[in-house]
Amino acid sequence: MPWDRNDMAARAAQELEDGFYVNLGIGIPTLVSNYVPEDYDITLQSENGMLGMGPFPTEEEIDADLINAGKQTVTELDRTSYFSSSQSFAMIRGGHINLSILGAMEVSETGDLANWMIPGRLVKGMGGAMDLVAGVQRIVIIMDHANKAGESKLLKKCSLPLTGQGVVDRIITNLGVFDVVEDGLKVIELAPEVTMEEVRNKTEATIVGS
Amino acid sequence: MKKVFSSADEALNGVLKDGITIAAGGFGLCGIPENLIAAIKNSGVKELTIASNNAGVDDFGLGLLLQDRQVKKMISSYVGENDLFMQQYLAGELEIEFNPQGTLAERLRAGGAGIPGFYTATGVGTKIAEGKEIKEFDGKTYVLERGLRADLAIVKAWKGDAQGNLTYRKTAMNFNPECATAGKITIAEVEEIVPVGSIDKMQIHTPGVYVQRIFAASHEKRIEQRTTRAA
Repeated sequence: MPWDRNDMAARAAQELEDGFYVNLGIGIPTLVSNYVPEDYDITLQSENGMLGMGPFPTEEEIDADLINAGKQTVTELDRTSYFSSSQSFAMIRGGHINLSILGAMEVSETGDLANWMIPGRLVKGMGGAMDLVAGVQRIVIIMDHANKAGESKLLKKCSLPLTGQGVVDRIITNLGVFDVVEDGLKVIELAPEVTMEEVRNKTEATIVGS
Repeated sequence: MKKVFSSADEALNGVLKDGITIAAGGFGLCGIPENLIAAIKNSGVKELTIASNNAGVDDFGLGLLLQDRQVKKMISSYVGENDLFMQQYLAGELEIEFNPQGTLAERLRAGGAGIPGFYTATGVGTKIAEGKEIKEFDGKTYVLERGLRADLAIVKAWKGDAQGNLTYRKTAMNFNPECATAGKITIAEVEEIVPVGSIDKMQIHTPGVYVQRIFAASHEKRIEQRTTRAA
């Protein structure tokens, strides 16, 4: 049975290492924070200017001056620090953040990522995604294997405008875990009951190895 | 020289002209100079270029300036919360220059610091790098981005004093310190003007040299995504 959103988030949490500074994107990546191992010391960075992001507030704790990069109200922790946008992106661009887990519209077999616009249709902007993929030490993508029309989102070449070129290290989809390697995508793990044959049938990108 | 003004209208007196570039602090609706934006709307000034991470929502923040088509061009990283923006953009009535969020922040920081350009890996191999100088350093590819200055910067701080010293609160800081440095004229709206000397001198985020005008006002502080957990 392929993974659901929560399974994918739980699998992505295995990418964390004790002591990591991590930036989580909007959507499924946000769910990863629910699966952080209890004995791990993980600090979440929010690129609007906060290190050490806490859980959502109770109704009484809501503070309009305290939001995350998804514009959601959040809380602070004892370890929290606040800083300006240029400082926030200095730590991102400067390679001080260990891991970023992001969503995607398309990923190519060479690690290109597209997740910021569909020309003529959807023009939202890249926010901090281009800076994150260019600067963070390791980039893991969580996304559905196929789009709503059933077409593979793991492609030989992205059709949409890129967020970054050759920036993706690992992709977690509902079908499994894939690494970007020399000649294509390498299967690291399959979701329960998912076969290599199914993956090959549902993936446009080159799958290497057996 | 007197820096303290009584209202947004008074602080903007003589500063607004059609066609100027304005740098506006804030992230989403958090830490936006909401009184200055409302006053700019009422002034009727038009053909504005605005550098701001977001464009507000349809009926609050910078979205207010779109209602009467006062904006010619936005320099932003994300405009996804604003339907009016999307409509005007797709109809070709509004220009947008998308800047990655960190690049926008650094462009303002650099501009304010007298640095005309800087190289960053952000955007290499994407539309963002098209037409810009590309250069290799130590085997890695970077794109040249320009420092950004504005005719006017509008910022929101928590507390300020008559010297223009500012301190921000939590994530309402965001782009405000960078915008404050990038303005040829910077106007700060604060929740409270406190006596000079009463802000801890080690906690001043924006030193007064960057701020030409300051006023106190009340703030609605609208919340975009009210997310809570059970108590």
